[in-house]
Amino acid sequence: MGVTGNPTSINQGTRTKGGIGESTLRPDGILKVTGEFAYSSDMWHEDMLWGHTLRSTVAHAEIVSIDTSEALATSGVYAVLTYDDLPSTVKNYGLEIQDTPVLAHGKVRHHGEPVALVAADHPETARRAAAKIRIDYRELPVITDEASATAPDAILVHEGRDDHHAEHVPHPNIVHRQPIVRGDADAAAARADVVVSGEYVFGMQDQAFLGPESGLAVPAEDGGVDLYVATQWLHSDLRQIAPVLGLPEDKVRMTLSGVGGAFGGREDLSMQIHACLLALRTGKPVKIVYNRFESFFGHVHRHPAKLWYEHGATRDGKLTHMKCRIVLDGGAYASASPAVVGNASSLSVGPYVIDDVDIEAIALYTNNPPCGAMRGFGAVQACFAYEAQMDKLAAELGMDPVEFRQLNAMEQGTLLPTGQVVDSPAPVAELLRRVKAMPLPPERQWEVAGEQADVRALPGGLSNTTHGEGVVRGIGYAVGLKNVGFSEGFDDYSTARVRMEVVAGEPVATVHTAMAEVGQGGVTVHAQIARTELGVSQVTIHPADTQVGSAGSTSASRQTYVTGGAVKHSCEAVREKVLEIGRRKFGTYHPAWATAELLLEGGKVVTDGGEVLADLVDVLEDEAVDIELEWRHRPTEAFDLRTGQGNGHVQYSFAAHRAVVEVDTELGLVKVVELACAQDVGKALNPLSVVGQIQGGTTQGLGVAVMEEIIVDPKTAKVRNPSFTDYLIPTILDTPTVPVDVLELADDHAPYGLRGVGEAPTLSSTPAVLAAIRNATGLELNRTPVRPEHLTGT
Amino acid sequence: MDFLRPASWEEALAAKAEHPTAVPIAGGTDVMVEINFDHRRPEYLLDLNRIGELTEWEVGQENVRLGASVPYSHIMEHLRAELPGLALASHTVASPQIRNRGGVGGNLGTASPAGDAHPALLAAGAEVEAESVRGTRMIPIDAFYTGVKRNALEPDELIRAVHIRKADGPQQYSKVGTRNAMVIAVCAFGLALHPETRTVRTGIGSAAPTPVRAKEAEEFLNAALEEGGFWDSRTIITPSIAKQFAALAAGACNPIDDVRGTASYRRHAVGIMARRTLGWTWESYRGNGRSTEGAA
Repeated sequence: MGVTGNPTSINQGTRTKGGIGESTLRPDGILKVTGEFAYSSDMWHEDMLWGHTLRSTVAHAEIVSIDTSEALATSGVYAVLTYDDLPSTVKNYGLEIQDTPVLAHGKVRHHGEPVALVAADHPETARRAAAKIRIDYRELPVITDEASATAPDAILVHEGRDDHHAEHVPHPNIVHRQPIVRGDADAAAARADVVVSGEYVFGMQDQAFLGPESGLAVPAEDGGVDLYVATQWLHSDLRQIAPVLGLPEDKVRMTLSGVGGAFGGREDLSMQIHACLLALRTGKPVKIVYNRFESFFGHVHRHPAKLWYEHGATRDGKLTHMKCRIVLDGGAYASASPAVVGNASSLSVGPYVIDDVDIEAIALYTNNPPCGAMRGFGAVQACFAYEAQMDKLAAELGMDPVEFRQLNAMEQGTLLPTGQVVDSPAPVAELLRRVKAMPLPPERQWEVAGEQADVRALPGGLSNTTHGEGVVRGIGYAVGLKNVGFSEGFDDYSTARVRMEVVAGEPVATVHTAMAEVGQGGVTVHAQIARTELGVSQVTIHPADTQVGSAGSTSASRQTYVTGGAVKHSCEAVREKVLEIGRRKFGTYHPAWATAELLLEGGKVVTDGGEVLADLVDVLEDEAVDIELEWRHRPTEAFDLRTGQGNGHVQYSFAAHRAVVEVDTELGLVKVVELACAQDVGKALNPLSVVGQIQGGTTQGLGVAVMEEIIVDPKTAKVRNPSFTDYLIPTILDTPTVPVDVLELADDHAPYGLRGVGEAPTLSSTPAVLAAIRNATGLELNRTPVRPEHLTGT
Repeated sequence: MDFLRPASWEEALAAKAEHPTAVPIAGGTDVMVEINFDHRRPEYLLDLNRIGELTEWEVGQENVRLGASVPYSHIMEHLRAELPGLALASHTVASPQIRNRGGVGGNLGTASPAGDAHPALLAAGAEVEAESVRGTRMIPIDAFYTGVKRNALEPDELIRAVHIRKADGPQQYSKVGTRNAMVIAVCAFGLALHPETRTVRTGIGSAAPTPVRAKEAEEFLNAALEEGGFWDSRTIITPSIAKQFAALAAGACNPIDDVRGTASYRRHAVGIMARRTLGWTWESYRGNGRSTEGAA
């Protein structure tokens, strides 16, 4: 099972049309670009009600009273719920720590926290009724940073913590702390000829998925509920929803509806429990759809971070040591903060060999918006800082920044600060070489013969701010280190049910998993795997639901690896069963049934020599083979709480970027001209999807380099820009060409040798852009995103 | 909320007279955002989309009479020669879809300091044709903006058209946003050369409570150009003059710090845009089509 580099599999891939390694088109692609795809917000049910969430207008306050009488008396309103209406003794939920109230109880801890729910026959009626709910708040001082969180008299964001991190954290307003110590950083520092240090700030990025949170809960006759929702992990939702509803898990049946992007922002629950509560209370289907404004409050964001780093190197360019301290702002609820801390600390060294390190990462509880999973998950913030450090060191040493990185690059066999050995290809130096070798885009592309400048090629774009004045080109490089899959001893399995049968005279495979297709292309890849393993051309992808075992989360660049691995595993079991049937029926007709290695290919059973033994149609006849199996990658270990030692990660992934920017140095505006990327993907199951993932991740990294930031008022902890008017994401005019060079160095531990793709490019893109802007301006720029004020000193 | 749908301009005026709190809506690119954000819940919406004449324009001897609802995309396509500054400004408005809906009347009605059209109107010189059942009056653009999101319209008045002076010289428009397209202005600057009167007019957006002209800068530049004989000689403007003009333009700002930018950046950026747009327009005036050369 799960054997990689299996030559028979590879051969099948080349012979069976639409198998792995081909750029088959995604089944949902055309529907999405033509606007025909049904997203979760498009769902409709006869007689349904609309739910609305009333959220706190202040960040930190005691709730003195809630008066819902006027809302309840509104015509068209079917239910108004507050904390007091919750049906179960379980009233909190959470991914790891159950610290998040379904509805606020006595206190609100961040701006936009859900306090009450309304169901009405029209969304506008629900909204208006919610506005009639009177909440009397007694405001409390806000905790917004490390100083206010750990001050001697600091209010505890959560009193009486009893979670499993509570014992080892230095302060109750610290969610989790992970130190990693290896070697002797102080002693090694004494050997350094050059030491550089810096303090870096990473702003709060939003996932900004285009399909806001939405779903439909339908009450069932058995007292349970059917929930159709856009999420990232059905079974994780289920585990959190059922106890709060006071229902056994088998009475909460979940089906994935059309997901309009996720990027980590759907790992936590949003409207799931709320819609179920309203549906069960009213006995009617209830739909909830957030608008963009509410969506900014309806999901967690990327942790903003403050990072302090010190690196040393010898005169000949070898890194001596690294010390760092990473402070992540987790906001009011834990969400994925503990795991983000684990990632930030264990990946803080970057893709470099450094024997002596002293690392500490913490996540705070504050009254800022809750932060959790987002593409890159803790590794993004660290990469921004250590890559700035690499450039500083190279400059101090008078070395080329790429050569300096290559000199210290991690490779297969490198021992990480956690004590884990990198046991699969780690072509860091090669990725840098490739990205540097790509041809540079031509200079002054805005110059058009005999005409005015083409402003689209200039900073400011259509806003017509420069025709070349003040514009300076800069080039920067960065490379990153990301883990793939869930880490730290988590049982990160997936499940796939595969069925093979003859339909209308043709062998057909059906793949049923609970994998959330959030746009990553998993459904495309599952069909490719089934074609490769089962030699059929017709593959049906069953809708994802909880009638099959968990697929784990569509996160951590893991789904092709883990659920892809599960599909492969179940396909192999189905194939064995089919061959068994074949041997039983036809074994006596040909000796090869017993002696040769047999494959399923082109709808037939063939020998590895290519001889056809039987049609699958004849083998199966009326019989269906139907197998559901779980599949696991190699287990990982927890990090030691004092030393950070442990084989914490399954697999590592690497991408390198070269950014070319034009900066209007007078106005502080930036045009990213090109972001070239080289990435090792082990094996590209679908090369087109791989390039799409790399280009998307690259663009998301660009966004937080030059524009994307949720701005929270430090005095009130309130969000100041919850809209796409003021939270800017890159348009196509901001998106550069992204030439991609894909390496395929197999990881022998992974299915087909593949390596998770989706996150690594998000890491290195941001620091590459920053490095290029520094190169153009000569400024230090220790925070991201860079704003015009930072580039103009105003 | 009641939705009033007059079939003619006269009906619209009557409806506005009857319901002075009614909010006119044409493209909806401002009004619908406000409603969606729940920033306002007008008692009445007055839909002007059935009144075809509002999307028409006439090019006269002196002026272009631009119907209040002429979409930005039409200005870009059809009025680039007559209204070059406004055409450039139109190009910076949001996305193609919104440029197909939104028009100058809406910008004026909202009177946000960030409205993209205002600096171009101020620089070109314009009058707003306001009408009510009581009659028609022409409001000079300089007197139109009375406060943050406030204008000189009476409660019963509607904007029928804007009369914009046809360009008699080069015009330019620049806008700073933190994205290269589809962005609301951090600040903006419009500049028009008027060789017929040997004057320069300007407009500043998003850097004061209302759109404003940089009057002191204009006066300084007008005097400097006259004294130096630049209008006749068409020589390159002395850098010190351009620099002083830019400083005075920056000084005309009265900006605030907000999520889009700091006050000091806005002042700084207006100065840079003033210098650059002067350079570009002056190069055009000198007969040099390549505005990348010799600017600033």
